[in-house]
Amino acid sequence: MSLDVSITHRLGAFTLDVAFHGASGLTALFGPSGSGKTTLVNIIAGLVHPERGRVVVDDEVLVDTARGTFVRPHRRRIGYVFQEARLFPHLTVRQNLLYGRWFTRREARTTRPEPVIDLLGLGSLLDRRPGRLSGGEKQRVALGRAWLASPRLLLMDEPLSSLDVGRKEEILPYIERLRDESRIPIVYVSHSLAEVARLATQVVMLADGAVRAVGSVESVLTGVDASAILEARVAGHDVAVGLTTLESRAGVLRLPQITLPVGSTVRVRIRAQDVLLAVRAPEGLSARNVLPAVVTEVGLKSDPVADVRLDVGGATLLAQITRETVHALGIEPGRRVYAIIKAVAFDRSGLGPGAAMSGPAGDIVDV
Amino acid sequence: MSLSPEEIAAVRLSVRVAFWAVVASLPVGIAIAVVLARGRFWGKTLLEGLVYLPLVLPPVVTGYVLLILFGRRGVLGPFLAEYLGIVFAFRWTGAALACAVMGFPLLVRSVRLSVEAVDRKLEDAASTLGASRAWVFATVILPLVLPGILAGAVLAFARSLGEFGATITFVSNIPGETQTLPSALYTFTQVPGGDAGALRLSLIAIAVSLLALLAAEVLGRRIARRLEGA
Repeated sequence: MSLDVSITHRLGAFTLDVAFHGASGLTALFGPSGSGKTTLVNIIAGLVHPERGRVVVDDEVLVDTARGTFVRPHRRRIGYVFQEARLFPHLTVRQNLLYGRWFTRREARTTRPEPVIDLLGLGSLLDRRPGRLSGGEKQRVALGRAWLASPRLLLMDEPLSSLDVGRKEEILPYIERLRDESRIPIVYVSHSLAEVARLATQVVMLADGAVRAVGSVESVLTGVDASAILEARVAGHDVAVGLTTLESRAGVLRLPQITLPVGSTVRVRIRAQDVLLAVRAPEGLSARNVLPAVVTEVGLKSDPVADVRLDVGGATLLAQITRETVHALGIEPGRRVYAIIKAVAFDRSGLGPGAAMSGPAGDIVDV
Repeated sequence: MSLSPEEIAAVRLSVRVAFWAVVASLPVGIAIAVVLARGRFWGKTLLEGLVYLPLVLPPVVTGYVLLILFGRRGVLGPFLAEYLGIVFAFRWTGAALACAVMGFPLLVRSVRLSVEAVDRKLEDAASTLGASRAWVFATVILPLVLPGILAGAVLAFARSLGEFGATITFVSNIPGETQTLPSALYTFTQVPGGDAGALRLSLIAIAVSLLALLAAEVLGRRIARRLEGA
């Protein structure tokens, strides 16, 4: 599958001028509110006519303003999960789920209802009407409804933003299952770093209607919101002390036990403010994670804090320390240091596929 | 309280006229309501004015215009009679036409308001699921505006039962053919000793109208419950 978008569209005060390529997996359109993300997916879905540009899915030209091509939304076979579930209030859950399937030609159907209903845990809701569903249940039905229309591309516009934190945690695993089991490429709009860090295969970062960066989660999201994203593999659990060991390019990391099986991949978000620096190998320290690193950049923009960028075995980590310490310790590019991260500092929300910490987490380590 | 055969005929005719007036104007009324609610085209205001005109025009004027258009020697009358076999003048069908025209604004207004209340986002959702415009109309808009259609139909029906001015102007007051309940009532008030008859018909008019409103209320509640997703 391939998705090629290249459009220009005036939007009130600013102009959306975006070109990107989406492949299989989950492509996250990440950026602050008002950066044109929703308009962009509406253009891909066919709900908005772009002023200029092209949208191509799998070699089929859906929009080409130069030639006057515009395929109407119902002929695009592009699924859409909206911010609010938008279920049909007069239909039961079952009728909602099967709505799109009814319009799909028999040969084009790629799914059967039963497995989808099982996977999304909708079996007990089928005869209810949307008015009697919770927010999380509605969003699950919306996922199933879009999926059962057998789309070749699935758009999700902040599908979790109308839910509270608990409901978000409830839906995230379902989106992961959909991503991994449906094999339908997904374009996922979000302004939440945690969501994107957890779900995305590829990130397209937008700001003020333009693409700012495209690439892997690690490369695009490190530096955003003063934190680094690190891909890691679960190497083992030490049940006796309640710790999990992760292996990453940056080295071995220990953190409070998580519920993922050994061998699974996780993404860890490490906040710059949770990273300490030492110029000599520390001894007698309570912190569990001490990683040898090389300083690559010292940003002195925001007084009195300095942003230090570190190369840790090829991975990037960020540390926030005071400017005063920068001078006192002689921190400068090329300097060999040790990055110290407290085991409890790992961000629970940034932990990748299906991860949830079993111990306390989120303590802030001050520098 | 017993009714004379003439009175019974008037009541039955009124109900028949009102029924057919509503049934015949429903499809056109719904179509125009959707066009007014969703369309953006040149002349929309003019169409709107034309539809709502009978609401503000003296009914006698409406009846007279119908007479000019559909009368035996009217503009369209001879044509319709010759090619389609439809005659309105001095027939009960003419009474139904007059009632349809008079009730039309109420029907359109009610349906239009409920079409405007349908969340367009639901229509977008349906289209991304593969529904063409026609299917979106049939599976999303129509079921959701059902309460509005029902309310509009009841209003138009009640208006038709009471229609007097346009009907009597257009198709006169012929017992058994065009003498509807209000016309019969009017006739009673014009003859000495007709008070009892007028009272009887008034009571019947009140009862029939009340019954229609109650039925609509019950049905409407049922539909609304279903639509609220309960």
